[in-house]
Amino acid sequence: MIRTADRQRAAALLQGFLDAGATLVETEILQPAGTLLDLYGEDIRARAFTTHDPLTGEAMLRPDFTVPVVQAHMNNGADVARYCYAGEVFRRQEVDEGRPREYLQVGFEVFDGTDPAAADAEVFDLIATALAPWSTHPVTGDLGILTAAVDGLTTSEPRRAALRRHIWRPSRFRRLMDRFTGKAAVPATRTALLAQVAETSVEALIDAAGPAVGLRSADEIAARVRALTEDAALPPVSHTEAEVIGMLLALDCPMAQAISPLRDMAVDLPSLIPAIDRLEARAAALARRGHTPDTLPFAPARGRTAMEYYDGFTFTFTAPGRLDLAPLATGGRYDALTSVLGRGRGVPAVGGVIRPGLLGDLA
Amino acid sequence: MIRLGVPSKGRLMEKTFDWFGKHGLTLSRTGSDREYAGRVDGADIALVLLSAGEVPRELAEGRLHLGVTGSDLVREKLTRWNSKVETLARMDFGHADLILAVPKVWIDVDTLDDLDAAAAQFRARHGHRLRIATKYHRQVREFLQDNGVADYQLVDSQGATEGTVLNHTAEMIADITSTGETLRANHLKVLSDGMIHASQATLFRSRTAKWTKSQKTDLDDLRLRLGV
Repeated sequence: MIRTADRQRAAALLQGFLDAGATLVETEILQPAGTLLDLYGEDIRARAFTTHDPLTGEAMLRPDFTVPVVQAHMNNGADVARYCYAGEVFRRQEVDEGRPREYLQVGFEVFDGTDPAAADAEVFDLIATALAPWSTHPVTGDLGILTAAVDGLTTSEPRRAALRRHIWRPSRFRRLMDRFTGKAAVPATRTALLAQVAETSVEALIDAAGPAVGLRSADEIAARVRALTEDAALPPVSHTEAEVIGMLLALDCPMAQAISPLRDMAVDLPSLIPAIDRLEARAAALARRGHTPDTLPFAPARGRTAMEYYDGFTFTFTAPGRLDLAPLATGGRYDALTSVLGRGRGVPAVGGVIRPGLLGDLA
Repeated sequence: MIRLGVPSKGRLMEKTFDWFGKHGLTLSRTGSDREYAGRVDGADIALVLLSAGEVPRELAEGRLHLGVTGSDLVREKLTRWNSKVETLARMDFGHADLILAVPKVWIDVDTLDDLDAAAAQFRARHGHRLRIATKYHRQVREFLQDNGVADYQLVDSQGATEGTVLNHTAEMIADITSTGETLRANHLKVLSDGMIHASQATLFRSRTAKWTKSQKTDLDDLRLRLGV
């Protein structure tokens, strides 16, 4: 339950964000389900409360502020903006009955593409300062590095697109890598299909398979069979490049110390260079604000869970020794989300939220 | 006295009675055909006759100590089902498999990997996610999430699910099939790794019911007789 003290703490945190120059925004608690479902897929149903509005259809109790805040920003056509907010979010708990279903979030979002490294550092610093009265442990990541590695793989664009599509799903991503490197065997049925295609036309095979039922048409099926044929003729992703991906997923060291091994990896995968430059600029921007990249934990693939939208810098603050508590604050960069919600027109954006209710649990 | 819940009608009830009968416990309905009352001869057990679909909830609420129902119903209706009930015996009847099926004409789709790729292609082409008709929302969603399948949506279908593809209200289905006959008639095929759950009638014990000392002793006796 949200306690009076949580609301007071939320108000104090919000005042801090207002003092930092943010505009206060409100969003509706009842959000149209369609947008959230299109973004996250059915998985969101396990995490958000769905309800039915007799006039407008399915609605969800706000699981998060970022999506409606981004939508409002993109609709207003504003360019540079800083927003803050405080209010309830609602999360279904299907696994852990002890976790709260409604709690407060206080957040800060920056829409400003002039100096992304400075904006990253601004948000991190603001959250760190707000949390200064409590003992917290920050960790950082950067999904932009993994994406840059995928973009640089010497393979087909459909393969790169498949990997990008599953960048937030670690197990599916690994399975795709195993397939593209030749580590996983091709299913027998696939081999059989490709052998048939070599003998008979795809259209004849489709005709023979059964009546065309459903919306997925014969030419969609044929197009995918042709894509499979092309894919089968591709050489596997090289051992060297696959190794770089593996090293990126495993890398976990202080931020400043990550730069040199990443530069080594960029020798094999030059597409990493701009992403490493961004990381280096961010480390410098954090240092200018008094943080210490020499000790700040960094793992590029951190924050890689489904139901996230971060595609660059990520950070979380946890309570040391309190593994039972969810992170006290989380945040990151979500440039791609703004393009999706802005129907192609994107604005570089970064933000973070604090959970004041959890702070009350810390003695 | 232990409260045992069993399905109140049809083959599931008869098979349940047979199963207990083989273990020397005679279950029977009492009174008229319309009255859902029953009794157990050979043990001090209160027999509760109810719809198989209500058994999971009654077990989870602790109003039944033991219950017979399909394992699919327990998985569908209870979150974290294995923290609420314990499986005592798989009874080897009422077999039904929850499967994913796609049109036979989809020669490019045989595995979940294929399905995921076809779903991405479908969404790009049609502007909406690939629709899967089912009434087993939770199990299907969890299965597809565990297997990293994206870009699909579940549409609710409470009956004649196989027909949804023909009617263009879904692209594929997730449904219970015992024979596969209806699938074939509707030009559908099962994905080779699309078995979500092989269900059968199962005897469950409630973990949340209050068990007095004498009820515990009764349960131990019963388990000995049933060999479970």
